[in-house]
Amino acid sequence: MNAKMTALLGWVDARFPLTSNWKAHLSEYYAPKNFNFWYFFGSLSLLVLVLQIVTGIFLTMHYKPDASLNVSGVPVAFASVEYIMRDVPWGWLIRYMHSTGASAFFLVVYLHMFRGLLYGSYRKPRELIWLFGMFIFLALMAEAFFGYLLPWGQMSYWGAQVIVNLFSAIPLIGPDLSLWLRGDFVVGDATLNRFFAFHVVAVPMVLLGLVAAHILALHEVGSNNPDGVEIKKKKDAKGIPLDGIPFHPYYTVKDIVAVVVFLMVFTVIMFFMPEFGGYFLEYNNFFPANPLVTPPHIAPVWYFTPYYSMLRAVTVNFFWIDAKFWGVVAMGGGVVILLFLPWLDRSPVKSIRYKGPIFKTALAIFVVSFFILGYLGMLVPTPARTLVAQVCTVLYFGFFLLMPIYSQLDKCQPEPDRVTG
Amino acid sequence: MKKLLLLVLFTPLLVFASGAELRLDKAPNKAVDQAALQHGAKLFVNYCQSCHSASYMRYNRLRDIGLNEAQIRDNLIFSSDKVGDLMKIAMQPAEAKTWFGVAPPDLTIIARARSSEAGSGADWLYTYLRGFYRDDARPSGWNNLVFENVGMPHVLWELQGQQVMGEGHKLRLDKPGKLKPAEYDALVADLVGYLQYVAEPVAETRKKLGIFVLLGLAVLLVFAYALKREYWKDVH
Repeated sequence: MNAKMTALLGWVDARFPLTSNWKAHLSEYYAPKNFNFWYFFGSLSLLVLVLQIVTGIFLTMHYKPDASLNVSGVPVAFASVEYIMRDVPWGWLIRYMHSTGASAFFLVVYLHMFRGLLYGSYRKPRELIWLFGMFIFLALMAEAFFGYLLPWGQMSYWGAQVIVNLFSAIPLIGPDLSLWLRGDFVVGDATLNRFFAFHVVAVPMVLLGLVAAHILALHEVGSNNPDGVEIKKKKDAKGIPLDGIPFHPYYTVKDIVAVVVFLMVFTVIMFFMPEFGGYFLEYNNFFPANPLVTPPHIAPVWYFTPYYSMLRAVTVNFFWIDAKFWGVVAMGGGVVILLFLPWLDRSPVKSIRYKGPIFKTALAIFVVSFFILGYLGMLVPTPARTLVAQVCTVLYFGFFLLMPIYSQLDKCQPEPDRVTG
Repeated sequence: MKKLLLLVLFTPLLVFASGAELRLDKAPNKAVDQAALQHGAKLFVNYCQSCHSASYMRYNRLRDIGLNEAQIRDNLIFSSDKVGDLMKIAMQPAEAKTWFGVAPPDLTIIARARSSEAGSGADWLYTYLRGFYRDDARPSGWNNLVFENVGMPHVLWELQGQQVMGEGHKLRLDKPGKLKPAEYDALVADLVGYLQYVAEPVAETRKKLGIFVLLGLAVLLVFAYALKREYWKDVH
């Protein structure tokens, strides 16, 4: 670096903690050297977040949140999406990036969360990282739900109708609450406009704040790793963890490889199968919203289907309160229970590598149940399917609620002192 | 125990088996056949666009399928519309509703909307347009195999002739039309090809572009991987 640049940097550093932050978060943030495949999904989530924000800004320039009908009898909002697809230069690319990005976001976040489950990344001292992460997950679900109404297709409309109606199942305040959320007696222009405001301003701000908190908390305590051992316990004379390497350049160059591979997969979907067989863009959503025609089968997009299955799995009225309310409790509980994970796991070790057969079996059952619930959530319910969904819902909750017991009973191996391989 | 195992094994089949679905005929692929698409465009403006708009599409976009603006203006625009206008119709949606009971839907993206597990939207349209039959119980005198109690009469009946519902829920040609069945099928294929094009005019471009993007990323991957190896060789 030449003298002038050094002087400039000194000028900035005297006024703003640039160099110290660069060091604290990148060049002198020591990450364990044994990160594997599962550790790519944190930075990939950040990449998709940026992608969604940038493409979202450009979509906002052309999209119109207006439910009134144009001269051809088509809702203006719906027509404006097709305008983006046709008349806005490269609009189709931006829109497909955003729609593919929504599904990609959930994919990488689910994998990122699963990594936490595998290696016990939620355990002490990382409980707050996990909590911030879970709040990010909740905000992301809200963001996706609000955003899905905007194209104003049949699935947008009826999906929002179904979800807002769920609130009316809450005893006493329910009906008024759902009316207040909708801003009208049915999903309409008022709903579309407020969902637009939430989708483009309110929730993204919350998301960004939570992501900052998530990363700050991580950099305070340091990253976990596939062995679940604390690298800060063994340091050299200079106070640098023996098993740590600076995040930059080592993990920045490694993550670039993952980013390119991810973008290749993303490209294949975006350019060759943007609808992804109806899973990323539902076919029925190419019909404009019609309040008078209820589709025979209303299904959410794939990332919500496991929880949607839980909602439908509850078919019995308890304590004279409608089954629908308990379904809502099951659906909400399915998400909220993840928050308590740091205090449910009583295993002496963090990583699955040293956990015993009970945890491994429980995790396998949990994953299979989650997939089955996700699959069933896309289908029309039948009595047999509902029964399977009920069993899987019980297994899903069992994984968490029984964890304090089975994680103590499990036969674990001792953790090593240092990271392996 | 054995019984239980069998139950566990076969439950998924019972759970995931779905009922008998409507069988759709496979629509011939006309995506890159410009002559067919031009023929389809002509059929669309002549037979469909009296009632159905394609209001997300501009006439001059049809340059995509090998037409120039003069050809579009002379052959495809019958109203006072300009070549840069959207393909709207004169009929008001409210009037249409009083006349037909339901306003004829906009058809720009019908080929995407009609996709399902049973087949692509093109397959649905191809089967639908060949699936009209006489039904005196209906106000229009027509019914349809894939769209039960459809509001639209059979607009192409002079070409296809009249089908009636025969034995075993199979259609039978009762009175032949101007075209032989194979000729009619080919005509419908062109129309469906056009509807598929108009549903996503950029579809062919994006596929071509995707190849180049992938190639570019593949080159980047080689360099990214080499960079990673270079840095990581001193991590043990």
